[in-house]
Amino acid sequence: MKEFTCIVCPRGCRLTIDDKLNVTGNSCPRGAEYAKNEVTNPKRMITSIVRVKNRENTVVSVKTSTSIPKGMIFEVMEEINKVGVDAPTHIGDIAIKNVLNTGADIIITKNID
Amino acid sequence: MCMYDVLIIGAGVVGAMVARKLSRYSLSLAILEKENDVGNVTSNANSAIIHSGYDPVPGTLKAKLNVEGNKMFDLISEELDVHFKRIGSMTLATSEEQLKTLKELQTRAIANGVETRLLDKEETRKLEPNVSSEVVGALLAPTAGIIDPFNLVVHAVENAVDNGVKLFLEQEVKDIKYLSDHFEVKTDKATFEAKVVINCAGLYSDEIAKMIEPIDWKINPRKGEYFVLDHYKLGLVNHTIFPLPSEKGKGVLVSLTSSNNYIVGPSSEFDENKDDVSTDSETLSNVRRQATEMIPSIPFNQVVRVFSGMRATPSTHDFIIEPAKSNKYFINVAGIESPGLASSPAIAEYVVNNYISKLFNLEEKKDYNPRVKKYHVLNDVSEEERNRLIKENPEYGKIICSCEKVSLGEIKDLLSRSVPPKTVKGVKRRCRAGFGKCQGGFCSPMVTMILAKHYGVSPLDIKWDKSNSNILVKEVKKL
Amino acid sequence: MIKRDLVIIGGGSAGMAAAIEAKKNGIDDILILEKDSVLGGILNQCIHNGFGLTEFKEELTGPEYLSRFADQVKELGIEYKLDSLVLNISKEKVVTYSNATDGVVDIEAKAIVFATGCYERSPGAIQLSGDRVAGIITAGTAQKYLNIHGYLAGKRIVILGSGDIGLIMARRMTLEGAKVLCVSELMPYSNGLNRNIAQCLNDYNIPLYLSRSVLRVEGKGRVEKVVLAAVDDKMKFIPGTEMEFECDTLLLSVGLIPYVSLLENIDVNISSTKGAMVNDQLETSIPGIFACGNCLHVHDVVDFVTEEGREAGRAAARYIKGEVSKKVKIKVNPGNGVGYVIPQFIETDLDHDVTFKFRVRKPIKNVFVNFSSGETIFHKVVKPVLIPSEMVMIKVSKDKLANVKGEITVSLEER
Repeated sequence: MKEFTCIVCPRGCRLTIDDKLNVTGNSCPRGAEYAKNEVTNPKRMITSIVRVKNRENTVVSVKTSTSIPKGMIFEVMEEINKVGVDAPTHIGDIAIKNVLNTGADIIITKNID
Repeated sequence: MCMYDVLIIGAGVVGAMVARKLSRYSLSLAILEKENDVGNVTSNANSAIIHSGYDPVPGTLKAKLNVEGNKMFDLISEELDVHFKRIGSMTLATSEEQLKTLKELQTRAIANGVETRLLDKEETRKLEPNVSSEVVGALLAPTAGIIDPFNLVVHAVENAVDNGVKLFLEQEVKDIKYLSDHFEVKTDKATFEAKVVINCAGLYSDEIAKMIEPIDWKINPRKGEYFVLDHYKLGLVNHTIFPLPSEKGKGVLVSLTSSNNYIVGPSSEFDENKDDVSTDSETLSNVRRQATEMIPSIPFNQVVRVFSGMRATPSTHDFIIEPAKSNKYFINVAGIESPGLASSPAIAEYVVNNYISKLFNLEEKKDYNPRVKKYHVLNDVSEEERNRLIKENPEYGKIICSCEKVSLGEIKDLLSRSVPPKTVKGVKRRCRAGFGKCQGGFCSPMVTMILAKHYGVSPLDIKWDKSNSNILVKEVKKL
Repeated sequence: MIKRDLVIIGGGSAGMAAAIEAKKNGIDDILILEKDSVLGGILNQCIHNGFGLTEFKEELTGPEYLSRFADQVKELGIEYKLDSLVLNISKEKVVTYSNATDGVVDIEAKAIVFATGCYERSPGAIQLSGDRVAGIITAGTAQKYLNIHGYLAGKRIVILGSGDIGLIMARRMTLEGAKVLCVSELMPYSNGLNRNIAQCLNDYNIPLYLSRSVLRVEGKGRVEKVVLAAVDDKMKFIPGTEMEFECDTLLLSVGLIPYVSLLENIDVNISSTKGAMVNDQLETSIPGIFACGNCLHVHDVVDFVTEEGREAGRAAARYIKGEVSKKVKIKVNPGNGVGYVIPQFIETDLDHDVTFKFRVRKPIKNVFVNFSSGETIFHKVVKPVLIPSEMVMIKVSKDKLANVKGEITVSLEER
């Protein structure tokens, strides 16, 4: 038996999962899936920023296109720290393709003219 | 090395006024200031009141210079373009016993030559409807005023600089030697030479005086803590409201400020540490209790800031304005506690007339200009004038501080003046960006970036206030 | 003087939604005034994800969420002015704004939607004790420095207040290389969403101390030490419970306050939320001035801000078209366990459903939410859990409202 707070949506349900991966306390199927992942292979989305090279004191926001293994958060951050982009930036532009073979791209989340 | 005629130590309100007064004469002058901005210690944190002068003991320097200084503020505020308003002060009595004391205070006022009027309960309530029902009468001193203490000092130093005074910031005096006909003043960074030194070092004036000779007085730092309320509806109080004075000072006041905020305070506690500007909740709740005894309806939920300031209280109980006993070329201007702000222009006159005029043949410069260059304060002008200014410089149209409505143009103007701000607090003190409800939450990042760009440095180098008060600690994603 | 049908003050999520909805409801002459140089308001710096689950059934970051509305504003041809701050509004609905190109301009509006968001409670407002030093910074300001400009405001950080921005910033600053030592909360419960405690604190082993606050800050120039102490149930510090943290920063997340000084200046009635009092049309005490979003009451989910913006946009459109009739004036009061309720009044005919929004005073389990008028409970809802950090929304149908005879009270009753 494990207990934790669901992070899928702002509701924050209190989930319980047993050894046979039966989930209770969830209000939606996404919660059940989250609970199963959390005990087998916990994953997280990362949001961060990268430097905009041609603008003074400006960064642009980025995110992982899909969640990545929780244990790799800081390794992925190091990759994100290495890249810079030029403005204009567009939502959806890829800053890093398939970062550290996680299958997730680092994509731009803000339009800067 | 340049030999100055007069070197002034300290750019608080006293040093500023002395420098400005001397700048009208053909003298070579310099100011040494240990902080990175002028008026940044006691002059930065006080009640901002130009006291009428009814209350100091008749015959003291305090009484004489307060009364004389008060009279000078109409002209000074106009020449220096500083907000000043004679709103008058009211000292309240809450018992028959206290009414007697008010009458005694009025005798003092008469001796000091200050206009006052005793008000009965009804008259008091008519002028100040929010006073406590316990109040039975008041002593009104109509000449008391409120001033912007930040710009008083900044503009006075700026005016002095514009008239030829050299200002050296971040120069902390470490040693002074008299070498037969001049002084050698060593700071942490350089050495200065001057024929005359005026010690206006405020809290540290005793330390500076001791560099010349042993002294029989000292500065006992006395801390005062305050509340500042946001621009709240006018009329909470219309005058500066005082309780009866005690040996601890004038007591906790409640006043409108020159920016239409309200100020409540100060406490009064001796403190060993001259640099302590901390606040604590116990002291502040005492201030609050004393203030609400006079004005029960103070909306403390409108508090935007609490702060404390340190008074340079002298062990002698009066201002110390005299040459060193062993050296007439070294003049101490020390122990300038309240009413120092009000007395400051008269102190400058006193120093010049009694001492400097005896050491130099003072000749007025032909090109002396008592006025600062025009400041554009958009909140003070009509909509037409605003539009004219924005047409001239579109940056007056872009508002940076949305609480106090300060424009980019006004902030950039400050940077081109002769005593420009180097820090975010320096900007705030001059133009009020960051003084409002959100206390710079929204505008301080913009101000930081404006300063970094102007000075051609990284935002990491921009300070909030003193030398080690960096706002930012690391640039991330540095490629 | 320039005349416009609808002026919207603030181009953030509430203002954009109001504009879009007013346009869809037949108002063409709309102007949005935004003080920043881009649309979107505070969402521009909220780069974390979790926005849009209600609106778009997907998880977006703040900038992605705002861009969907900014795109609509542009597609619908709604006029907006950037870098334009409103200096003043009058009771007669004259809006005065300033910018670099137009100068200072007065606009007479038929209706105004006020959507100015909120500001963070400052160290002065909480009368923080200790040295007056750099390194005491509100979470939103640190967020702007980091997410817009790329600078960390601290390396070793103590956070006071467990509001969502504080929690989000704990994770953000940790990811960018800072060490967050702890989060201290004055109340015996957190003010943030449970999910944020899980993913922002627990994930990074950041301790959360409840019923603890900052006793004092120490430092010369910059923060060097923060001393926390436990508080009793009267919020008084308990001697002997001090915990000292050597750090360079105290990050404050101690509350958000509706930013309504322009409304206060014209004596609009202000409620206990510190926002304007509004009726069921989100109309303030001055007819034709509407308020929505965080300047009305601080929301925890942006999707609800958007929805409230739409309500205000629809109401403003009805007002401009002269479709509103006010026949009743029923006061709505927060009752047992309820902090505030919006709307504070019902003023239009009781011929439409009304969504009541409220917050509870403290966490509570298994309760009825009762809507009563006089002795009669005309609506009753069961709620398994209610916490102060989550706004509650309950829609009451017009049929049930038809039974209302006098003032309405919303209160909690234990089951």
